[in-house]
Amino acid sequence: MPEPSGPEDKRVAIEARGIVKEFGEGPSALRALDDVSISIRENEFFTLLGPSGCGKTTLLRMIAGFEYPTEGAILLHGEDIAGLPPFKRPVNTVFQSYALFPHLTVEENVAFGLEMLGRSKAEITSRVAAMLKLVRMEELAKRRTDQISGGQAQRVALARALAPGPKVLLLDEPLSALDYKLRKEMQIELKRMQHETGITFVFVTHDQEEALTMSDRIAIMSKGRVLQIGSPWDIYDKPADRFVADFIGETNFLTASVLGIENGLARVRLKSGAEIVATIAEGLTPRDEATLVVRPEHARAVASGGQVSGAVENVVYFGTDTHIHVRLDAGDIFMVRQQNRRTQSCGFEVGDRVGIEIASDAAQVLRD
Amino acid sequence: MARWGTRRFDIRVQPGFGTIALFTFALLYLPIVTLVVYAFNGSDSLSSWGGFSLRWFADAARNGAVQDAALRSFIVAVLAAGIATVAATMAAIATTRTAPYRGLGFKYAFINQPLMVPEIVTAVALLIVFSRVKVWTGYSGLGYLVLAHTAFCIPFAYLPIRARLEGMDSSLERAAADLYATPWMAFRRVTLPLLRPGIIAGFMLAFVISLDDVVITEFVKSGGQDTLPTYMLGQIRRAVTPEINAIATAFLALSVLLVTVFFFINRRKA
Repeated sequence: MPEPSGPEDKRVAIEARGIVKEFGEGPSALRALDDVSISIRENEFFTLLGPSGCGKTTLLRMIAGFEYPTEGAILLHGEDIAGLPPFKRPVNTVFQSYALFPHLTVEENVAFGLEMLGRSKAEITSRVAAMLKLVRMEELAKRRTDQISGGQAQRVALARALAPGPKVLLLDEPLSALDYKLRKEMQIELKRMQHETGITFVFVTHDQEEALTMSDRIAIMSKGRVLQIGSPWDIYDKPADRFVADFIGETNFLTASVLGIENGLARVRLKSGAEIVATIAEGLTPRDEATLVVRPEHARAVASGGQVSGAVENVVYFGTDTHIHVRLDAGDIFMVRQQNRRTQSCGFEVGDRVGIEIASDAAQVLRD
Repeated sequence: MARWGTRRFDIRVQPGFGTIALFTFALLYLPIVTLVVYAFNGSDSLSSWGGFSLRWFADAARNGAVQDAALRSFIVAVLAAGIATVAATMAAIATTRTAPYRGLGFKYAFINQPLMVPEIVTAVALLIVFSRVKVWTGYSGLGYLVLAHTAFCIPFAYLPIRARLEGMDSSLERAAADLYATPWMAFRRVTLPLLRPGIIAGFMLAFVISLDDVVITEFVKSGGQDTLPTYMLGQIRRAVTPEINAIATAFLALSVLLVTVFFFINRRKA
């Protein structure tokens, strides 16, 4: 859903300004982050999403204080914290490996941060109890951390990071070690906890589905750069460039020639000769040749008609829907996703000639 | 099937394995068993059996020189192993909790120098240096022995501590820092407790190595500073009596006891 308020209406929790990070020196230096600027609002569930090696974890570690930027500033509530060591930053981390202290019990783990802050015994006891309740681990408080399961360790890691009441919670691919079902459960749990605590969550993942279901806003990163920042809806339906469109969800790309632009919409001609109207990615001025993106669920396979046509190459049944792969006459593959009905199949078989009907608002012109 | 499969490649069924194993064990243990048995010999001889007796143990225990040497050995070993363990712990942290850099390999070698340089070379070198220092300072106490033992004990303490540190997830220390622990608190509350088995192992190893040393001690000690091993060496040069067997047996018992204690501590901790 597009948010009703602009960025200036909400207070900024974390701001990264022009962050550059280079590992190594001289000409062989590796640029892990290249002029990254992000501002994360208070109480937001913000996700850094990208393939491995895109710099998302480096950025997270920089907010935590385990890495220092080569250039740029990191502001926490307007205050530059780039030079502070981790133990002086009011942010806590849930590590990918959980990093629970193996020589301490579950409750001693959760109490650790509060003890380091010098809180009173009474406060620690009640806070630890509250945290264990939040993550539903009260019964295992006295267990050693090697006597609990992966999902439970995950909860303890969360409780431990939340106990000191950080302004920002950093989560470094915390669900990647869990199996599918547990991961789904934890996604909902995490959303609940973020809602209950009101803490800003900065979440790192390479799993686009996870990012879409949990986040208020997502930053898509690739090769040390931020490509697009927006709500899940923005990112999915209005991808700014080809990488984003390709990385998020399943996508069809069509090449087309631009005939004209009116009211922010492009009139384009497809290779099949059909003319359609497409929205334009934000900030883009299309040239004569353009790449269009069409999501598989925004198109329909039809027996006759449609803007493009081809032959069915594959039909894949997925339970809830069916994917029909069509080899277009222009040579590309176009995939259509159709909702299944109870009583009949999709109606097409391999080899059938089909037309593809692209919904009127489905196409968008992309930056290549 | 699996059982047959493992049997097929089992070294224990290779021809000659049993014979070689038996021979090796005999070579290792027969002399020690003989030594221990003759410690309980009632006669004055090292070779003819004169009935079971504890007289040599009693003699050794009453012998003032043995008492002094044993106490000296113990003091030197405790001090040297203690100092070496502290130094080794610091060295292990400094060489593992850092990004690899040019010269790190050289540092490993440098720390482990006593394992590579022939002991006799170190002994002669120390003898020359310490004899000068003795003249300059006038001090000729146990300090030289402690110092020398500390130096060659460091690599023995360093190796198990470093192994433990390398096996330890460094994200634990990051987690501690993330939870507001200063570097010192992170060390005390997280690194040190997890490192304890390694430190104990390092200390024990250093202790036994110090207790056992002959060559360097022989060169470094001043007059009247015999440790148990150098005392035994001196005795054998003169007349060999079963008293030596008794001392050696007691020494052996102590070593076995230490290793056993260490084994149980380690097992409970891990």
